[in-house]
Amino acid sequence: MDYLDGNVLGGALGEVFAVDVTAAVGWCASCGTSGAIGQAHVYTDAPGLVARCPACGEVLLRLVRDDGRAWLDLRGISCLQLALPAGG
Amino acid sequence: MARAAVLGRLNWLIATVSAVRDETATARTIVLDVPGWPGHAAGQHVDVRLTAPDGYSAQRSYSIASAPAGSRLELTVQRLEDGEVSPYLAQILEVGYPLELRGPIGGWFVWDAAGLRPVLLVAGGSGIVPLMAMIRTRAAAGSQAPFRLVYSVRSPDTVIYSSELHERQARARAGDPDGVSVSYVYTRTAPPGSDVPPGRIGPDALAVAGWLPGQAPAVFVCGPTGYVEAAADILTRAGHDPGRIKTERFGPTGG
Amino acid sequence: MGIVSPGFAGRRQPGGEKLPPGQYRVTDFPVLSAGPTPRVDTGKWQLRIRSETGREHTWDWAAFLQLPSEDITVDIHCVTKWSKFGTGWRGVSVDTLLAGVETAAEFAMARSYGGYTTNLPLADLLGGQAWVAYRYDGQDLAPEHGGPARLLVPHLYFWKSAKWVNGIDLMERDQQGFWESLGYHNYGDPWREQRYWGD
Repeated sequence: MDYLDGNVLGGALGEVFAVDVTAAVGWCASCGTSGAIGQAHVYTDAPGLVARCPACGEVLLRLVRDDGRAWLDLRGISCLQLALPAGG
Repeated sequence: MARAAVLGRLNWLIATVSAVRDETATARTIVLDVPGWPGHAAGQHVDVRLTAPDGYSAQRSYSIASAPAGSRLELTVQRLEDGEVSPYLAQILEVGYPLELRGPIGGWFVWDAAGLRPVLLVAGGSGIVPLMAMIRTRAAAGSQAPFRLVYSVRSPDTVIYSSELHERQARARAGDPDGVSVSYVYTRTAPPGSDVPPGRIGPDALAVAGWLPGQAPAVFVCGPTGYVEAAADILTRAGHDPGRIKTERFGPTGG
Repeated sequence: MGIVSPGFAGRRQPGGEKLPPGQYRVTDFPVLSAGPTPRVDTGKWQLRIRSETGREHTWDWAAFLQLPSEDITVDIHCVTKWSKFGTGWRGVSVDTLLAGVETAAEFAMARSYGGYTTNLPLADLLGGQAWVAYRYDGQDLAPEHGGPARLLVPHLYFWKSAKWVNGIDLMERDQQGFWESLGYHNYGDPWREQRYWGD
């Protein structure tokens, strides 16, 4: 097994988003399966981070980081559901 | 998920090593003072960054081992033979040294201290670290949630936190709700006098009375990737709801 | 840059003047991948060159191994900053593969089993600059390093050397591949440190 859990995205995505994406629920744009982003299969040994759907293996999201810039492709996720503090 | 999902963007913080403590021959706990630490939940991790004088840097993730305690944080690092970062943390870093880190990271592999559901913790080797944070957080919060740990190790001398686990297990046996039941799986060398030969984790080790699928426990599995795959497979085959099994794979190395 | 960690040097070797800017030398061979390692049976393996007119030239494994091949030793440079000197490969020159192909195209997209793509000018695949390699360091190319066969284009950053290559599409207009569409430089010359867009 050469992938890690989506938990490992937390650091890199935490630089980009103010919300914790690993606890969010995402719908795979390829197969429609939904699940916590924390369950995605993440390939970290690459020129960027690649998270794949645990059901169908297609790419959910990709992230590349330079010094002072980041590029994020979320096309593999058709919908992301995030928890917000109640009453906000 | 009780913890607020909205955080600020993560920034690098400079921590100072305030103490170090050997756990086993190859694992060491580092106690850090982190000014500006926002607090954390059990199961979260930090990213640690080391930088050489010429700017070369290496980064790794380490689970937080301690319960929340203001600006104090503990990490337990297993030294890997050919690791790039772990030998520095386990051998070169000393009291007074700075250490750059960011966190807390991860809202999914987290135990909510307000929960009452029974919790089954399944650890492989250094996968015990975030699960120990859960055990310690439970104790600090005075939680009544029943906790049980199944801890797979190579041999008795590779058990991390052995005296603390021994003490918590003794309390469980004495009927103290603060205690934690612990069972060990020895994969290479069993303790002297053991009537169970060494071997990898199997269904018997995880069929724990009080934490069976029917009791719908929350399950946290952490350790090397191969171990997590094997344990999660045994648990789902035994009937545990996959939606209640949370995993954290450390990868084949990661040091 | 972060604060300096006292006593930390990292796992690197001195490189000397053969190192492109920003690189450090390694003696191991790191494995980088954007997905699971494809396991390709050579009985089913195919390499397909498709020209801009749609015309296709295909080799199966047996036919591919019949093509003239050469042993080469090159330095390789990964955009993640490691460089490895004196790597030995055996492969078929892309000049040989394109010898019978009529084309007016200026661009190419290399495609791999598993879905990876990377684009480069056709001119960078010709003139003895590129191979489809199937042996590394005296042995069959291992799957984690791109076996059965990978593209090898050592004068560009190594993400252009597509592992598990199964096709080269010739294109009249340039199109971005997997990493080029997400911030990585369209050309990728390590000697001009062209890592990201705008470099």
